[in-house]
Amino acid sequence: MSPFSTYIIHLADNALILGHRNSEWTGHGPILEQDIALSNIALDLIGQSRNLYQLAAERLNSLSPERKSITEDDLAYLRDSTEYKNFVLLEQDNGDWAKTILREFYFSHFQLLQYHGLLNRKDPGLAAISEKSIKEIRYHVKWSSEWVCRLGDGTLESHARMLNALDALNPWIPELFIAADYEKEAAESGLALDPSALYEDWLSMVNTVLANATLPLYPPEKKDAFSLSGKNGFHSEHLGYILAEMQFLQRAYPGCSW
Amino acid sequence: MIPEEKIFEDKIAREVRIEPRDWMPADYRKLLIRQMSQHAHSEIVGMLPEGNWITRAPSLRRKATLIAKVQDEAGHGLYLYSATETLGITREETIDQLHSGKAKYSSIFNYPTLTWADIGAIGWLVDGAAIMNQVPLCRASFGPYARAMVRICKEESFHQRQGFEILLTLSRGSEAQKHMCQDAINRWWWPSVMMFGPPDDASPHNQKSMQWKIKRFSNDELRQKFIDVCAEQVRVLGMKLPDDKMKWNEDEQHYDFGEINWTEFREVVNGNGPCNKERLEARKKAHAEGAWVREAAAAYAGKKNHSSNNQ
Amino acid sequence: MEKNASSESWPLWEVFIRTRQGLNHKHAGSLHAADAQMAIENARDVYTRRNEGISIWVVESRHIHASAPDEAASFFDPANDKVYRYPTFYNLPDELKNI
Repeated sequence: MSPFSTYIIHLADNALILGHRNSEWTGHGPILEQDIALSNIALDLIGQSRNLYQLAAERLNSLSPERKSITEDDLAYLRDSTEYKNFVLLEQDNGDWAKTILREFYFSHFQLLQYHGLLNRKDPGLAAISEKSIKEIRYHVKWSSEWVCRLGDGTLESHARMLNALDALNPWIPELFIAADYEKEAAESGLALDPSALYEDWLSMVNTVLANATLPLYPPEKKDAFSLSGKNGFHSEHLGYILAEMQFLQRAYPGCSW
Repeated sequence: MIPEEKIFEDKIAREVRIEPRDWMPADYRKLLIRQMSQHAHSEIVGMLPEGNWITRAPSLRRKATLIAKVQDEAGHGLYLYSATETLGITREETIDQLHSGKAKYSSIFNYPTLTWADIGAIGWLVDGAAIMNQVPLCRASFGPYARAMVRICKEESFHQRQGFEILLTLSRGSEAQKHMCQDAINRWWWPSVMMFGPPDDASPHNQKSMQWKIKRFSNDELRQKFIDVCAEQVRVLGMKLPDDKMKWNEDEQHYDFGEINWTEFREVVNGNGPCNKERLEARKKAHAEGAWVREAAAAYAGKKNHSSNNQ
Repeated sequence: MEKNASSESWPLWEVFIRTRQGLNHKHAGSLHAADAQMAIENARDVYTRRNEGISIWVVESRHIHASAPDEAASFFDPANDKVYRYPTFYNLPDELKNI
């Protein structure tokens, strides 16, 4: 697979896995209004993943027309954990509302910068998806930032829960800014984006909100050891369970239409 | 009859909607609160059996439509809770009644969703029955209820179609898929028929509700209409409804149908269905675990309000 | 930290939506939110999921003042017989144009 195709799948996997996680809240949110809000974000993300998988499938199909053509569902439902390229951050369990909010907050800021950068890369297909997605992501950024403030500066309990969420999720942040080989290659050919260039902007955006929320800034004082790399297929144990659930029907009844 | 009551009855007779601040008999208010909150609870509890399958939906398209559908149900619950609040009872109080077991919800949601085909069967049969019930409610005599129902019916129309499409796909699929399809229809048919409630002669609230034009058709009328429609639709699937006695009655111009197991109905309504406990526990858990979140947002809003007042 | 029912309950808001440019905002329904910003966002998610709006107003329900239904007769009936407020009240010849 070409570096750029792999890169598109990496973007798609990010959107799908976070969309999947967020959708686990549907029916279980802290209040109806917010149940609906988070379901909307899940729908946005799953919609983004579909657009990206379709783009990847189109490329893969045009490169080898002799093979049976691949669909978005083949990509989502028939790959195993080590072939998935999403960030480890996104597959973490939902935990409480604080952890879910913080994950959305960290990722949506990253995604906003990333998709902005992709607007003027060479691939018109990816630029079009980015442009459409940015409108959605802006709202995710706003919604999650407001919640970070409410929880950080809300009650003693909510503040404590945000501290726990920071502890749980901060170790998974460095991965976002370390380019994978395919990412670097695709970036050098003008198709993708080197994420290390996004760090400073991300840091200042995120820290502005964290400061308002009376929460400790990123990076945490103590650097956590970091070894996993989801974008290279090296995941936490969570992903296996997500896929087992998500892919169950496709795996149990191979070759069926649904 | 006091003059207010005469005005009220006169409005009902002339099909003039009753609005929240208008005078209304205490029993009318009580009946509305009971029916509307029960309706709202059904939407919310109804999210659970289907929500169950969001993470297991077999394609991305199905996943997205299922999330959108379950999300709609949250919206519908919200419209109905809001409409109920206009009668002077807060959402908190209404939800407490659900959690304490005082308020009921549609017993259909106490059945388990075992296979993917159940999602199709719920869309086709359960939403089909719900729509049959709800369309006449768009003309209910209480304004906020009627308006909520108009919005709900508009949104609900995609639900039944997505359910039928799931079953149709299965019915044209592999042997295993066809079997899954028929099995789900077998399990959901009778509970769906029961959704219209007890027969008219055993339904205490039916008559009052019709007299006040909250309901427009009786339980049995709606049930018959539902059965007539489904008996035809099931042929498109090439499947069977699990009722040996069902056949077309030329004289009546309706389908005859077999005996409904009302003992089962009463058991499930009274809390002894297969999933009553899980459903209620799931709702209580979400509410309890959300308490600190609601509290934090309220506290934060209080702080911001305070600081902006001091500026 | 005290924990009672009211410390976690959010106020009720009324939602008004402009469905198209050029139209008035119209009452769409109500919802709960902790603050105005959240109320607007909740309204967006709850009441405009199907493109029903391009602009949203929210107001806390307790700030709405309403006319009393039992005064409706004295309030509104007197306007019934003021037919001279309508253009058709005035008899003018057909040959008169552009009026």
